[in-house]
Amino acid sequence: MQVNENFEPVIVAFCCNWCSYAGADLSGTNRLNYPANVKIIRVPCSCRVNPIFILRAFQRGADGVIICGCHPGDCHYTSGNYFTRRRITLLYSMLDFLGIERNRTRLEWVSAAEGAKFADTMNKFVEDVKKLGKNRRLEDLRCRKQ
Amino acid sequence: MQEAMIKRAKELLADGTVNRVIGWKRGEFVYDSTPAVFGTADEIDAEFVFDDFTQANVSKYLVKESKKDGKILAFLKPCDTYSFNQLVKEHRIIRENVYVIGIPGGPKLDIEKIKAKGITGILNVKNVNYTLEIETLYGTEKLPFYEAISGKCADCKSKKHVVYDELIGEDGDVLDSNRFDMVEKLENMTAQERYDFWRGELSKCIRCNACRNVCPACTCENCVFDNPKSGIENKAAADSFEENMFHIIRAFHVAGRCTDCGECSRVCPQHIPLHLLNRKFIKDINSLYGEYQAGADTTSKSPLTDYRADDCEPSIVHERGVE
Amino acid sequence: MQRIGVFVCHCGTNIAATVDVKAVAEALSHEPGVVISQDYQYMCSESGQDLVKNAIKENNLTGVVICSCSPRMHENTFRKAAASVGLNPYLVEIANIREQCSWIHKDIASATEKAIILGKAAVAKVHLNTPLTAGESPVVKRALVIGGGIAGIQTALDIAEAGFDVDIVEKEPTIGGKMAQIDKTFPTLDCAACILTPKMVEAAQNEHITIHSFSEVTDVKGFVGNFTVTVKKKARFVDETKCTGCGLCTEKCPMKKVPNEFNMGLDNRTAVYIPFAQAVPKVATIDPNYCLMLKNGKCGVCSKVCSAGAIDYKQTDKFIEQKYGAIVVATGFNPIKPDKYDEFAYSYCPDVVTSLELERLMNAAGPNGGTLLRPSDKTHPHTIVFVQCVGSRCDDEKGKPYCSKICCMYTAKHAMLIREKYPDTEVYVFYIDVRTPGKNFDEFYRRAVEQYNVHYIKGMVGKVSPKADGKIDVQASDLLSNEQLHINADMVVLATAIEPDKTARPLATMLTTQMDTNDFFTEAHPKLRPVESATAGIFLSGACQGPKDIPETVAQASAAAAKAIGLLCKNSITCNPCVAHSDELMCNGCSSCEKVCPYGAITYQDKEFRMPDRTTAIRRVASVNPAVCQGCGACTVACPSGAMDLNGFSNSQIMAEVDAICK
Repeated sequence: MQVNENFEPVIVAFCCNWCSYAGADLSGTNRLNYPANVKIIRVPCSCRVNPIFILRAFQRGADGVIICGCHPGDCHYTSGNYFTRRRITLLYSMLDFLGIERNRTRLEWVSAAEGAKFADTMNKFVEDVKKLGKNRRLEDLRCRKQ
Repeated sequence: MQEAMIKRAKELLADGTVNRVIGWKRGEFVYDSTPAVFGTADEIDAEFVFDDFTQANVSKYLVKESKKDGKILAFLKPCDTYSFNQLVKEHRIIRENVYVIGIPGGPKLDIEKIKAKGITGILNVKNVNYTLEIETLYGTEKLPFYEAISGKCADCKSKKHVVYDELIGEDGDVLDSNRFDMVEKLENMTAQERYDFWRGELSKCIRCNACRNVCPACTCENCVFDNPKSGIENKAAADSFEENMFHIIRAFHVAGRCTDCGECSRVCPQHIPLHLLNRKFIKDINSLYGEYQAGADTTSKSPLTDYRADDCEPSIVHERGVE
Repeated sequence: MQRIGVFVCHCGTNIAATVDVKAVAEALSHEPGVVISQDYQYMCSESGQDLVKNAIKENNLTGVVICSCSPRMHENTFRKAAASVGLNPYLVEIANIREQCSWIHKDIASATEKAIILGKAAVAKVHLNTPLTAGESPVVKRALVIGGGIAGIQTALDIAEAGFDVDIVEKEPTIGGKMAQIDKTFPTLDCAACILTPKMVEAAQNEHITIHSFSEVTDVKGFVGNFTVTVKKKARFVDETKCTGCGLCTEKCPMKKVPNEFNMGLDNRTAVYIPFAQAVPKVATIDPNYCLMLKNGKCGVCSKVCSAGAIDYKQTDKFIEQKYGAIVVATGFNPIKPDKYDEFAYSYCPDVVTSLELERLMNAAGPNGGTLLRPSDKTHPHTIVFVQCVGSRCDDEKGKPYCSKICCMYTAKHAMLIREKYPDTEVYVFYIDVRTPGKNFDEFYRRAVEQYNVHYIKGMVGKVSPKADGKIDVQASDLLSNEQLHINADMVVLATAIEPDKTARPLATMLTTQMDTNDFFTEAHPKLRPVESATAGIFLSGACQGPKDIPETVAQASAAAAKAIGLLCKNSITCNPCVAHSDELMCNGCSSCEKVCPYGAITYQDKEFRMPDRTTAIRRVASVNPAVCQGCGACTVACPSGAMDLNGFSNSQIMAEVDAICK
């Protein structure tokens, strides 16, 4: 696939308040770089992320959606990320089944101590989405930017 | 069978066990029977029907009916009993208010398959030793029974009744079905091929909501697609995104609850194979989290409200099959 | 009509150097509903807060967006500021343009563009914010201390001193922990038992303290102020209420070949045993793995000799459930087993011992009655080699990456005690660095070197090889003189790394507290909240949080007690108002939400409703107990109809943010 050097994807990252959002803060505190394409939305727990939000993001023009939560077993609410893992695995599998590029979606576990992992994850994800180009298969034409 | 059912229904009405009966009544044509509630023996005699076309799943009607005064008699085919159980589990049906008689299931007939053979002006269809004798305006046609069976019956997963108060006829077994073959075939396509397949199918959607309205798992008091506050309300799909959105969210909302009764595809006027979306979830759940059949019982936890600490990671989606 | 104020912080140059703050303020001033948009050097400073407060008052603001550092830093600061001038604190939103923008990006244009988008998302969200009022939840005035070592004992004593009931759960048959096994303590060389055992007795006698020995926590439910804990009292086959601790059973027990864990397996105990003379509670315990009666039903001697009738072979595990307001974790540490280090010959040479084993060998209550003898032939050792940092500061799989902190000091203590008692013994200590940061610590170490002539050699031991004559060849390098050494030693003592107790990890899962990669509990803030876990109501005491010596452990134990007392003093605590709630008109009553709620906050009731078709119907609907709900939001996604929503992170708020970001 041809890579468009000028293509700047819109990336929505849902981060749980206790681990991944703090991990994102830590990568800032450590001045670790990742692309400005990534915009973070804070949620209390990764299990707060409704599949509707993910589809909504694609509808409104996102090119990639990533969800970050505490590592399994470390959820601040005990079990939230276990539910996330099942729900989101199934949802991503369904999107894949419908022919949506699988690299547009991701779920990663990032702890509050893993600032470097957060930055690495985002760098990798943005790179993957850039390779895919603009989201066309799951966009809403009415929301397309000119 | 119909006579035995009518006889038993009238007995139960007469002895006061129930005050209503839900079954099927004939429509304008022999092949368009629909679910109906009968209050008296006379109504039953006049309209009650049970034949090769009575395939509608009546369990969803019991959400409302079981909350009315008195007990209702429901005739449930094996596949319907799964839906019934699932609704009992979700506290949508009040079990005590329903008297369940298990009746044999299909295979039932799909009139579209008969029409597809070029047979028109159908007046009556008789099953004579698994040969259909179709009486039409233009004479009688013959067709092997199995060439006209309904899609949902062709992939039948079980002839076992998972719940009943009494049975008419024999109980069957859970079957080895090849219902996941088509899902697997799609999984083995490339992403582009899958995308093209589903675009071709879902672009036919006219958002008539028949799939949602018939689905025994779609029993929400207020569907998110009808709720302005949900942020995804829409009446008619404006473009390809909304077509996708409706069917993805609908399938997700019934994931882990769908019993694979096949009603969604049966009623789709556009013949979209919607059951494949539900079956994809069922197949994934079975392979990733262990075999699970929604409605097989009323106590087990649904896979989406349950977890194991050693569940597979979501990266499995990125690793398996074809991109 | 919304009247929203936007306040963009420079954070000195932290934000302003990479984000054009004026451009951000300007861009956001055009957002719908924004009536004032300002920038300021330090928004969190008193004058910065005044700026916000005055703007709220003067412009009658209905919502505030602060573009600044992470909400984890100053969300509370600005919420309080808003509340002080009468604006509901939950009408404040933070756009994180420092940690998640200015500190990440170098290019001013793209950083500014991103900051504007983050600001727009916050404005879009604040449009949908609703005033929230925090509820209150009562505090159960009882504390649980998990672990009965010196940390747990000290914490329990301090909490009891303040007048609150406190339970200690200890997995061993007696409290006392590691300190009970230690002979002398540095840097004062006073006897550990002499200072510990009175505290153990004090704990046992304190009317506010209940000790559950030989017990484990098996389940924790609830939340700060209101935990419900299940404790398993393991069957000890002895009725604690009847046993007088006379010890007759232990004398008569015919099964005398059980490795004695209190003496690190250096001698044996009986199958029915009291770990040591000063055990608290002083109650016998039968070890079912060795007891002949329990194993094959043939013996019963202890039952016959027990005049109190305390032996009960039929005893089973008992589970007790208790409510607590606060939980203190004091699960402590264990030395690692150095058997992975083949070079030190620990697994096959009995005269290579760990430091804790040496403590027992030198202890008057130890296997040799306090005389230091080689385990192999019970002779006096004349040359002893100490090896430092065994498994500590290690970058391979076998050891730990951290410094175990206490080894330098206890090795100096051992060396000094040996030289004091046996002046004819030569003592060598191989070290990487000697670390003595503590009051009177360095003086102590220097005494070992200067006064007691302990040979400190900078360098690592390469190989320990037992020889046929019973001696041990220690091959090492002296890094300062750069030469290879061979020492003909009688004993080798390994200063093994310490690691958190194995029970800590499953406990952390039960408590929903966080741990680091080494399984030490993570404190809420490494500097400012060192004795609290990030989970409200759970406090950390002692070495479960990181390696510590006794004075530090006791200090932290008391600090944890003070924090717990601070919580228990309150009659109620303010709850998080960002909790779930159910729209009863949309609820199906399907129980999906209830099944995913980790707190059991959701219950169902049958309610009568007027339906749209003017009939009345009784419907099963969910309701959320706001005092129990912790606001994770699992229920909101489990709910297919969207009846369940979350305050502060509602569906519409999150979608508004999504829209603003994707626009």
